[in-house]
Amino acid sequence: MATVEIRNVRKSYGPVEAIKGIDIAIQDGEFLVLLGPSGCGKSTLLRMVAGLEGITGGEIAIGGRVVNELDPKDRDIAMVFQNYALYPHMTVFDNMAYGLKIRGIPKAEIRARVDKAAEILELGRFLDRRPSQLSGGQRQRVAMGRAIVREPAAFLFDEPLSNLDAKLRTQMRVEIKRLQDRLGITSLYVTHDQVEAMTLADRILVMNHGVAEQIGTPLEVYQRPASLFVAGFIGSPPMNVLDGRIDDRGEAVLVPGGQRLLLPQSRPTDAGRPVKLGIRPEHLAAAAADFPGGFSIEIELVEALGADTVVYGRLPDGEALLVRMAGIPTVRERDRLTVAPQDGALHLFDAVTGRRVE
Amino acid sequence: MQRRVTFDNRLLPYLLLAPQVAVTLVFFIWPAANAIWQSVHLQDAFGLRSEFVWFENFTHVLGDPNYLDTLKVTVVFSIAVTVLAMGVALLLAVLADSKIKGARAYKTLLIWPYALAPAVAAVLWIFIFNPDIGSFGKGLRALGYDWDYRLNGGQALVMVILAASWKQVSYNFIFFLAGLQAIPRSVMEAAGIDGAGPVRRFWTITFPLLSPTTFFLLVVDVVYAFFETFGTIHALTQGGPGKATETLIFRVYQDGVVNNDLGGSSAQSVILMVIVIALTAVQFRFVERKVHYS
Amino acid sequence: MKQTRFIDLVPHIVLIVGVLIFAYPIYVTLIGSTWDSATIGRGGLPLWPGGQGAANYAQAWAGEAGERAIYTPVRTMMLNSLVMALSIAVGKIAISILSAYAVAFFRFPLRMAFFWLIFITLMLPVEVRIIPTYKVVADLGLINTYAGLAIPLIASATATLLFRQFFLTIPDELLEAAKIDGAGPVRFFIDVLLPLSRTNIAALFVILFIYGWNQYLWPLLVTSSGDMETIVTGITKMIGTGESANDWHLIMATTVLAMLPPVAVVVLMQRWFVKGLVDSEK
Repeated sequence: MATVEIRNVRKSYGPVEAIKGIDIAIQDGEFLVLLGPSGCGKSTLLRMVAGLEGITGGEIAIGGRVVNELDPKDRDIAMVFQNYALYPHMTVFDNMAYGLKIRGIPKAEIRARVDKAAEILELGRFLDRRPSQLSGGQRQRVAMGRAIVREPAAFLFDEPLSNLDAKLRTQMRVEIKRLQDRLGITSLYVTHDQVEAMTLADRILVMNHGVAEQIGTPLEVYQRPASLFVAGFIGSPPMNVLDGRIDDRGEAVLVPGGQRLLLPQSRPTDAGRPVKLGIRPEHLAAAAADFPGGFSIEIELVEALGADTVVYGRLPDGEALLVRMAGIPTVRERDRLTVAPQDGALHLFDAVTGRRVE
Repeated sequence: MQRRVTFDNRLLPYLLLAPQVAVTLVFFIWPAANAIWQSVHLQDAFGLRSEFVWFENFTHVLGDPNYLDTLKVTVVFSIAVTVLAMGVALLLAVLADSKIKGARAYKTLLIWPYALAPAVAAVLWIFIFNPDIGSFGKGLRALGYDWDYRLNGGQALVMVILAASWKQVSYNFIFFLAGLQAIPRSVMEAAGIDGAGPVRRFWTITFPLLSPTTFFLLVVDVVYAFFETFGTIHALTQGGPGKATETLIFRVYQDGVVNNDLGGSSAQSVILMVIVIALTAVQFRFVERKVHYS
Repeated sequence: MKQTRFIDLVPHIVLIVGVLIFAYPIYVTLIGSTWDSATIGRGGLPLWPGGQGAANYAQAWAGEAGERAIYTPVRTMMLNSLVMALSIAVGKIAISILSAYAVAFFRFPLRMAFFWLIFITLMLPVEVRIIPTYKVVADLGLINTYAGLAIPLIASATATLLFRQFFLTIPDELLEAAKIDGAGPVRFFIDVLLPLSRTNIAALFVILFIYGWNQYLWPLLVTSSGDMETIVTGITKMIGTGESANDWHLIMATTVLAMLPPVAVVVLMQRWFVKGLVDSEK
């Protein structure tokens, strides 16, 4: 159990800078998710913590000890890989025990630790099997067991659920959450799946092009995305983004379609400023045709998902607008519909930098 | 060419390479360099002094009508062995690959001759075609045919060609079979639906798809005929009668070991090396192209 | 209807003829090894076994004088062939797997230079460099020794390339998992890589054993004394010029014994053998 501190960490491959200075202190027992699209540097950052990649600049400390120069084995961490990385020729027991054997832990204790982990993960019946005789979910559990028995200072997960099918992924997600609650070990978890991030994380670090776009709790990231990138990455379907301009009195946003959307509070200093206006599809609701500030859309496509319905609409000026409504569809394709944002549903971003305008 | 993740020990990789590099240097590079050195030198009768003679050994070797005869024998021998071994193997492989009863048993029965040494294959052929004790040899004579490969050069060449091809069929068979099994069934089925009969299917689908295997075997068989058949020839005819079955490699042995002509033998070795390197290069160019296709 | 049936039989007929062409010489040899030399020498070998089998094999095995000459006992030649084949197979596998491990799993100066040095041996079959290699072995005093028989033949680019090819298919994550588990390069090799290479080793072993057993030109050169004779070269020395007045019964028994080990290896390990052969030439 330990804190993990990442201080201004950088990584370059020749002239290419893959990580451009990340700072975060992860609390003891905290579950931090590194979220971002592929190529954003999240796996690289995790592998730097593991010691599998060199650190170009900055410092990483685990449990207060700077580990920059330590080998992976000396960092007191355990890692779960996307493709499980189990030793194909060893039994489940030996896979879990291997790291302990190397560390010279007495046989009896190895036995006890593996048995305990197997019990937690319900792997008891499979201890004598080879990985090839297990299902994907079982292999993933063995990979976690291998991490658990080590009783490390921190767990590192590198997209551990990506190779599983959708149903199993949900199931394993719940299991990981439960395990983390039970063991309380500091965890770093890399994923590109926002649902995993939202459900598992104490805090999320959203990465893009090697920088931290935002660090915050799942709800903070959802409710107050720090940038257009975060806004677009979190939430499904993604946030609608419209070009807009704050009016001359700083009281409302004007969008090209002619709508005037009142701001929660007036901001006179921003009068006339061009902005990007973000509205989540689930924060739009059907409204009367003459509702002030309502958007009139022509419905192009209706996706009935059962519990809710996603409406693909088009504004008069041709912009697309997504609306998510609860329940089964009440509208049909080619209908006209007026929708209006709920109170407090407007997100403003700088038109140039894409940073949130508070 | 390299893994992304590696170990970073400094000394260990050199230690791991040491045995192979040592053997390679002592028994490959050094002798090869020696051969090249000797091929441009002439030693006196006592081996005490040697003189740099440029390409004299080569011109001597290549200007020797005997050597050119040997080259001719080698070419005829190699072409015949390659064509025979590949043709028979392809026929048998295509048949064994078709869905017939007992295909597995046929395969096993056709694979095992690979285990025989070329020299042992030659010995087996002696048992059958020896004019005194062999059933076929005696049979041919009984039919009034003057069969004695020990005296007749043409017959001797036929004998070594047959014995060498006989031994090489199984190797070709294994590769053709593997190549055939790699052709997706669906392609053949599609051709069947398109109305192609079995013969047409073979020439328009199977054979073109087998071409990488065919080309690979072509090179392997030529190398086999050039070098590995030494045992066959040595056991069967000793290169004779006369020099009727003397191939290039046999002559290297003859000149170097029996006649002790180091310069000439080395020049011949160098010529052989050039041939092998050329063959290997051709093969690798082709392999690269094959990778391109798939 | 009848015509179709005949066409269906054609593949079988061709295959059976093929099998017979390959089996017949072996059959003749087997039969011959059970008759006396006079019967064989007359060329009147029947198609059924005779009663001399046990005596012939015992005589050949022990190397008792034949009717016309004295031979190295088959048991000595078999032992020599076995030592040579095993040394070549084991030696090649050992040095190849180590060098492939270095080339595939380490980054170090001159890596590619070493790789090419090994690769170049692919182009120099022993037959090509036979005379100068013989000279090196002679200078090292290895004539008529097992070391002289085997070591010059154990450097092989083919086996190294095969192992390297296989090593490149091992996922990076497995190596990383091992690093995190605390395994260094030596442990990783012994605990993970060797066990995973079992099939490849078995396949290579079959091919290399046969390659070693069947060597001809090299043993012919580096052995001059009877007690270092290998069985394949031994047979042709027994035949000499192929006169009818040979100890054919002993030659045939010896031939059968010479074929036995490699054929047994191929037939018993057919699966590995085919895999190894096809893989190593890829």
